Amino acid sequence: MRSLNKVFLVLVLLLPLTTQAALDIRITQGVSDAVPIAIAPFAWEGAGAPPQRVGDIVMADLKRSGRFEPLSRDKFAQPDPRPDNVDLFAWRNHAIDYLVVGKVIDNGGGSYNVQFQLFDTAAGRQLAGYNIPASGSALRMAAHQVSDLVYEAIIGVRGAFSTQIVYVTSQKGVRNSYKLQVADSDGYNPRTILSSKSPIMSPDWSPDAKNIAYVSFENNRSAIYIQDVTTGRRYRVTSKRGINGAPAWSPDGTRLALTLSESGTPQIYVLNVATRKLTRVTNDRAINTEPVWMPDGQTIVYTSNRTGKPQLYRISASGGSPQRLTFEGEYNSAPTVSPDGKKIAMINGDGGRFRVALLHLDTGETQILTKGRLDESPSFAPNGSMIIYATTENGREVLAAVSDDGRVHQTIVLEEGQVREPDWSPFLN
Amino acid sequence: MSYKVLSVLLVAVVAAGCAGNKTKPETKIERGTTASSQNSASTAGTSVGAGTATALPGEGGSGTLDPFSDPASPLSKNIIYFDYNSADVTDIDIVNAHARYLAEHPDARVRLEGHADERGTREYNVALSEQRAYAVKQLMLFQGVRPAQISIVAYGEERPRVYGHDEASYRENRRVEIVYEAK
Repeated sequence: MRSLNKVFLVLVLLLPLTTQAALDIRITQGVSDAVPIAIAPFAWEGAGAPPQRVGDIVMADLKRSGRFEPLSRDKFAQPDPRPDNVDLFAWRNHAIDYLVVGKVIDNGGGSYNVQFQLFDTAAGRQLAGYNIPASGSALRMAAHQVSDLVYEAIIGVRGAFSTQIVYVTSQKGVRNSYKLQVADSDGYNPRTILSSKSPIMSPDWSPDAKNIAYVSFENNRSAIYIQDVTTGRRYRVTSKRGINGAPAWSPDGTRLALTLSESGTPQIYVLNVATRKLTRVTNDRAINTEPVWMPDGQTIVYTSNRTGKPQLYRISASGGSPQRLTFEGEYNSAPTVSPDGKKIAMINGDGGRFRVALLHLDTGETQILTKGRLDESPSFAPNGSMIIYATTENGREVLAAVSDDGRVHQTIVLEEGQVREPDWSPFLN
Repeated sequence: MSYKVLSVLLVAVVAAGCAGNKTKPETKIERGTTASSQNSASTAGTSVGAGTATALPGEGGSGTLDPFSDPASPLSKNIIYFDYNSADVTDIDIVNAHARYLAEHPDARVRLEGHADERGTREYNVALSEQRAYAVKQLMLFQGVRPAQISIVAYGEERPRVYGHDEASYRENRRVEIVYEAK
């Protein structure tokens, strides 16, 4: 009966979000040349307790990147440095290279201003100073924006802390309970955007971060939906006979690459989202699936078993002859393209062990990044610095992340349940 | 109408409550007895109960047993298992039994649900699981089942039966399930 397979949408309105983290992030490996930095608690200019501890959030962000080593507060050169009392001379030669001080001003009515300064303590000068307005629950995201700006000023690459992730959760041993959730990229503020008794797969953020495309198995068949992240409204875009899978937004947000098997075997198609016109891309008798776009929006990279086992290929989005990309390893699949288009992260299978690997397109070299054994679903951060993926740890499905050079590793553990199929949002602002 | 007595079950005891009623036999029971290839002795006019050959609505009236619930019948098994990376059907007897039933009951419809174990990537596993369901479908079509009687859904690794990460669990999950949408 249809009612047994009813999908309940949870509309995300302007609810006050809790600061409770459902995800717990453990850094399992950092870099030895991490930048020493001191992040002071941000002064609070308002009544009562501050709604967020901005300095703590910035400290956690930078530590989580694995590229910074924040100084513990009991080792500070000044006990309570603020914008109005910072003494750079005291901090010179104090085992750190950089210092962040700041404050949060309460303007009343849920409106705030977050201000901070970043100092190069060896040179004794200010590198950056910003004022970030924020209102209500967006204050936490403003703290992540501070982290982004500090990261960019020092590392030279735009930070990706004020971003989000979408992922699928289920409960082990509980059938018929699947959820699609969105959380901040540090795991805070998880919220369910879809609850279903049927499996949900392959969520993919649109380039403007307003929509998520995904596969749902409601009504005993697969179909691809596009859902507005804010309103929860959704519509179905394909529901053909056979497989409807692997939706991937084009970089300009006008098309979805996807997999359909109505022709007999799974093939790659491109769907124009506005006109719903379908164009077939691959044309052979193999399994062709898991399409992703190169940044030029003209080329698609995908998985095909046309030589027997899955390998990665590239093909023009308007069709043509495929060109093989992977030649190392018996199994290469689940591609995701770096924002600069120079690397492809993928899953490399070797004797039953599945690990995240990086294909360098200029040299053709394959670099193994993780140890596996059951890694899947890699997704690049929008600044290319980290790759989030799904793995199994102690029999439990969890998320993990690895830096694009393989040096920094993290595990991200949901408090309850199995987590998989992460997709990292684009930059949100 | 004559009813083959396939076996005596406790369920038949329920018939005592409806003794003497000449109820129209449940369609699926009737079909079950005529479609069955089992060579049970036909004892027309004999029934367990109050002496009248009747059948109850619902399963298992008057000693007639629905083969879908009879553990001795291959129709009671609806899961086909597969080897790693393979879409070769080895549980031929089970497929054949359902194919025969479907061929003889053109209004019956099944949904073949394909599955894979967890190794490898998820959308690729959806495709592998579809290959398995297609293999079962092909065997059924060869035996006279009409294409409109079969639909396929490929779940990949999304709906495991067991949750372990060892070969024994993987074997349980590499499967096609035959689900009747209409009998």
